[in-house]
Amino acid sequence: MARTTSYKRPKNTKKTLLQMFSYLGRHKKSMAAIAVLVAISALANIYGTYLLKPVINTYVLQKDIPGLIRMILFMGVMYGIGALACFGYNQLMVRTSQTVVKEIRADLFSHVQTLPLKYFDAHTHGELMSRFTNDVDTISEALNNSFAMLIQSFITVSGTIIMLLVLDARLSVIVFLFLFLMVLYIRHNGKLSKKYFSEQQAYLGSINGFVEEMVAGQKVEKVFNHEAQDFEEFCRRNEALRTTSTKALTYSGMTVPTVVALSYVNYAVSACVGGLFALSGLTDLGTLASYLVYVRQSAMPMNQFTQQINFLLVALASAERIFEMMDEEPEVDDGTVTLCNVRRKEDGSLEECDEYCGAFAWKVPHLPASSPDFQEAGRIPARWELREAKGITYTLVPLKGDVRFYDVVFGYVPEKTILNGISLYAKPGQKIAFVGSTGAGKTTIINLINRFYEISGGTILYDGINIRDMKKDDLRRSLSMVIQDTHLFTGTISDNIRYGRLSASEEDVREAARIANADSFIRRLPNGYDTMLEGDGANLSQGQRQLLAIARAAISRPPVLILDEATSSIDTRTEKLIEKGMDALMEGRTVFVIAHRLSTVRNSKAIMVLEKGTIIERGSHEELLEQKGRYYQLYTGQFELD
Amino acid sequence: MKEFLTYLKPYRKETLLAIFCIEAETVFELLIPMVMADIIDVGVASGDRRYILMKGLQMVVYALISLILGHGCARYAAACGQGLGAELRKAEFKKLQKFSFANTDHFSSASLVTRLTGDVNMIQNSVSTGMRPGFRAPVMMLTSLAVSFYLNRTLAIVFFVAVPILGILLFLIVSRVRPMYAVMQGAVDKVNRIIQENLTAVRVVKAYVRGNHEIEKFEGVNQNLKNNSERAFRTAVLNMPAMQFVMYGTILAILWFGGNMAMAGEMEVGELTGFLSYVLQVLNSLMMLSNVFLMLTRGLASWRRIREVLDEEIDITEEQAKEIEVQKGEIEFRDVSFKYQKNAAENVLEHISFHILPGQTFGIIGQTGSAKSTLVQLIPRLYDVTEGQVLVDGHPVQEYPLKGLRDSIAMVLQKNTLFSGTVEENLRWGKEDATREEIDTACRIACVDEFIDRLENGYETEMGQGGVNVSGGQKQRLCIARAILKRPKVLILDDSTSAVDTATEAKIREGLEKELPGMTKIIIAQRVSSVAHADQILILDDGKLNDIGTHQELLERNQIYQDIYYSQQEGANL
Repeated sequence: MARTTSYKRPKNTKKTLLQMFSYLGRHKKSMAAIAVLVAISALANIYGTYLLKPVINTYVLQKDIPGLIRMILFMGVMYGIGALACFGYNQLMVRTSQTVVKEIRADLFSHVQTLPLKYFDAHTHGELMSRFTNDVDTISEALNNSFAMLIQSFITVSGTIIMLLVLDARLSVIVFLFLFLMVLYIRHNGKLSKKYFSEQQAYLGSINGFVEEMVAGQKVEKVFNHEAQDFEEFCRRNEALRTTSTKALTYSGMTVPTVVALSYVNYAVSACVGGLFALSGLTDLGTLASYLVYVRQSAMPMNQFTQQINFLLVALASAERIFEMMDEEPEVDDGTVTLCNVRRKEDGSLEECDEYCGAFAWKVPHLPASSPDFQEAGRIPARWELREAKGITYTLVPLKGDVRFYDVVFGYVPEKTILNGISLYAKPGQKIAFVGSTGAGKTTIINLINRFYEISGGTILYDGINIRDMKKDDLRRSLSMVIQDTHLFTGTISDNIRYGRLSASEEDVREAARIANADSFIRRLPNGYDTMLEGDGANLSQGQRQLLAIARAAISRPPVLILDEATSSIDTRTEKLIEKGMDALMEGRTVFVIAHRLSTVRNSKAIMVLEKGTIIERGSHEELLEQKGRYYQLYTGQFELD
Repeated sequence: MKEFLTYLKPYRKETLLAIFCIEAETVFELLIPMVMADIIDVGVASGDRRYILMKGLQMVVYALISLILGHGCARYAAACGQGLGAELRKAEFKKLQKFSFANTDHFSSASLVTRLTGDVNMIQNSVSTGMRPGFRAPVMMLTSLAVSFYLNRTLAIVFFVAVPILGILLFLIVSRVRPMYAVMQGAVDKVNRIIQENLTAVRVVKAYVRGNHEIEKFEGVNQNLKNNSERAFRTAVLNMPAMQFVMYGTILAILWFGGNMAMAGEMEVGELTGFLSYVLQVLNSLMMLSNVFLMLTRGLASWRRIREVLDEEIDITEEQAKEIEVQKGEIEFRDVSFKYQKNAAENVLEHISFHILPGQTFGIIGQTGSAKSTLVQLIPRLYDVTEGQVLVDGHPVQEYPLKGLRDSIAMVLQKNTLFSGTVEENLRWGKEDATREEIDTACRIACVDEFIDRLENGYETEMGQGGVNVSGGQKQRLCIARAILKRPKVLILDDSTSAVDTATEAKIREGLEKELPGMTKIIIAQRVSSVAHADQILILDDGKLNDIGTHQELLERNQIYQDIYYSQQEGANL
């Protein structure tokens, strides 16, 4: 638990900004409209304020009532337009920013779906969730409030600077000097506060991760009376967050007063130098007075500008975290062999069809035989080749569920191999079982067939095709898996079973539940199949959850079924009942089974006994018993206490 | 509000300093323009070089002082806002730890996480950034208001029209936007839930190639969040044009009435110009205030959500606790019935009674869903009984302090959870200060020693999220070792050897018998072989006690037991 959040060095800011702008760029029209409206509103405001003095001086002094009315009406119209423009850009900005934020969330979510399992193994869920919530939130805030303000203050600042240049170019050198100082300071301070903002978001993520883990493991925490230690750990992270975020806000909060103070000094210096100028006749007093008024006016938008920059800095720190996740490499998926529905014609050949019509086949592309390199001819092309090459031919290979491992080597980390030179052969329609002590690598083997993890050596052929050449989604679609940990989704029981095949009818759902022997318990739930499950089906027992997972697999009509300890929490009597249903379902299909309970695997065609990542025995139940090897020991072990 | 302030208490000094800095800075903010005006009106007008230099110097000094104050304000406001946030998170987490499962279920776990981070963020940032304008604007406004009244009482009446209009507009916006923020936070929870589900069930999603389905599902909640937040923010930003509308209206009204007054000679023209600049000052402060107000509205929506967590009534309490400890490990169930929700129609457990003597081994066997796990979870009070009593050493479990009770009853859950951290850190959950020897012993009993060397770094191996890098059986053995480390009076194994092979299971059992003979053991199992040696075996059938007895007795008289036994026996005779 002592693992601290690894804090990554801030990435290329320019790149993050570009990525951010590419999102805004999708809404060019709205952004342009916003810019125009902001400009109108800003100009109306500036011009209105500017008019006040002349109006008073000309019309009021000369007692020109009709003139005053005219001017007030004119200003009223102008102000009205300004307020309307303000209304317009605010509404547009909110809409655009929320759309952008939604797009970011959607893209992030889609990207997460493509990431390899390794990524999920290495990050706490809460930490990843934090990027979706806390980081996206920050961006939303910045876009909502700061973007338009930034444009507005930019316009006002530039307007004032132009006026200063017009009034007295020599004196404005001073202003530019101070502007330069301000920019220097903002840059320096911005770097500092951004560093702390990045840290702050990382710590926030770590707290999110910690809390999520603790809520998920609440039972364990209670059972072990671990509250005090966890609280301590929480406080440690909480304190780290507090310290960095205080620093971040202190630095960013210092910018505005500094810029304001600089602008005061600027005013004082300008006044003094201007005064000297005036006395030596370099400028007249009237110009100096109005010049100083503008210097004074430039302070306010400068100050606003700085404030907005601060908000953008936080957003930038968050955007970096989000884009870092988006830049994460997706699962390798170069395969071009796809799965399709086929019908067997009378002459025995296969024909592709659109919907399920009884069978599946692999659609294998081949490079043209005319390929210049003889070696290349007929080879299965990679994805980019498929896009570019002409004359690709396709063959249909019936999906049978023939799986072969040749010398497969694998390790979760390169330094440590878990599986050493595994070779095995599952004939179509066979039930293959993996037996072995815990940690021997049984689940790992299965995770390689569906390419949850990539092998580091050897080959796996599926119906004679290298699984690397298969499109990942299609490969997985051809396998149905019941994994060790059952996960249920928020939704009804029906929805959860239907997860295996979304188009399944209500009758199919019930049928699948009957096969899994889940029907009886489901019907006794308060709302039967329509009972809502929440929080990962918290109030169902482990066994019941497994029954649902089996029903989910049963409904998916897969050519190959993988059962990884699928019945470990189910009592043996219920398991017997499921077995009958499953046997009917799996007729003619390849099944891989992992089980500790040997009664579950007894009727398998071939049983592989694994130890320390190597297959040490293989054969049917009877053969293995005769060998009197490890399997025999295990098998007799179950009843040795009787 | 009062409650809110208690969380600020540890940062009282910072808060006061922040307020002081803000107010002092405001004073200078008011003084400096006067100096500025003096430079133009007196210095430049009269061409007095000395005067200009003097005033210029004065301004620089003032600017420096306000700079220092400004930095102080930044620092203390940040310290106070972030400190408040830290206190709130701490309070929430502490409360969370007291939650019973019913309490947790009341919120979803994703929502709890948001309430602890996102919502607190909202509050601490509105305090940190809202403090400056919040304390500054009223002073600015009141001063300017006073000056403008001083300048011209009649004209100042315009404020009496403008301010109420503004107030009404603001009220309309705030009262509308408040419920919208609540709905928005609810939508955030829904988004989070889908994300969380996808992260935990990533294997299922990938195995069934349901990525696109999930993306579609996410699109729904994402769109919903977008709609709701857009609605809320769109209402909130009405504030800006509404402000401008009132501000511009006021300016024009003053221009008109003031102009007329000046023309009628009731007022100096110069006065009118001065008056207008103060009016602008007042209106600007009002604008700042209204922004702060809106921020507070949002903070309030979050505060309400935090309050819900803090105020949640804990349903497992220590009200009846006495100063007693578990001595022997004797357990008795007296006519216990239980249901998860008070308003549920059927009981999950019904009228269960049995008695386990200290040191006995007690087996529980029964069909999937027969409430075996529920039954044992009543002993360490993970849930409280609905009817009847659970007694440990003759005392109802409610009479034990929770900590003591749970310390002496170790439980290995069916769904095992390991936490991120090393293997050893996970083991130390059982006993924080366990010696290497104690850890080794526990690992030997639980047969962890068989595989620990094969892990990457032995005891120092980092567990992945939820312990993905050990197999199911290894996980179970680690969990058993973790429980044994506690040296409990009662050990409950809830189907916790299901993924462990039979030979290892037997070894663990022997180890327990040999090394911890006095400990009461309750074993839930699927395999008859796991419980056959027990002193008593309870057969649970659909939440009811079907039979209780020894292996031999049950084998002779109980139909269910015979069925289970023979279903597992068959294999041997093949």
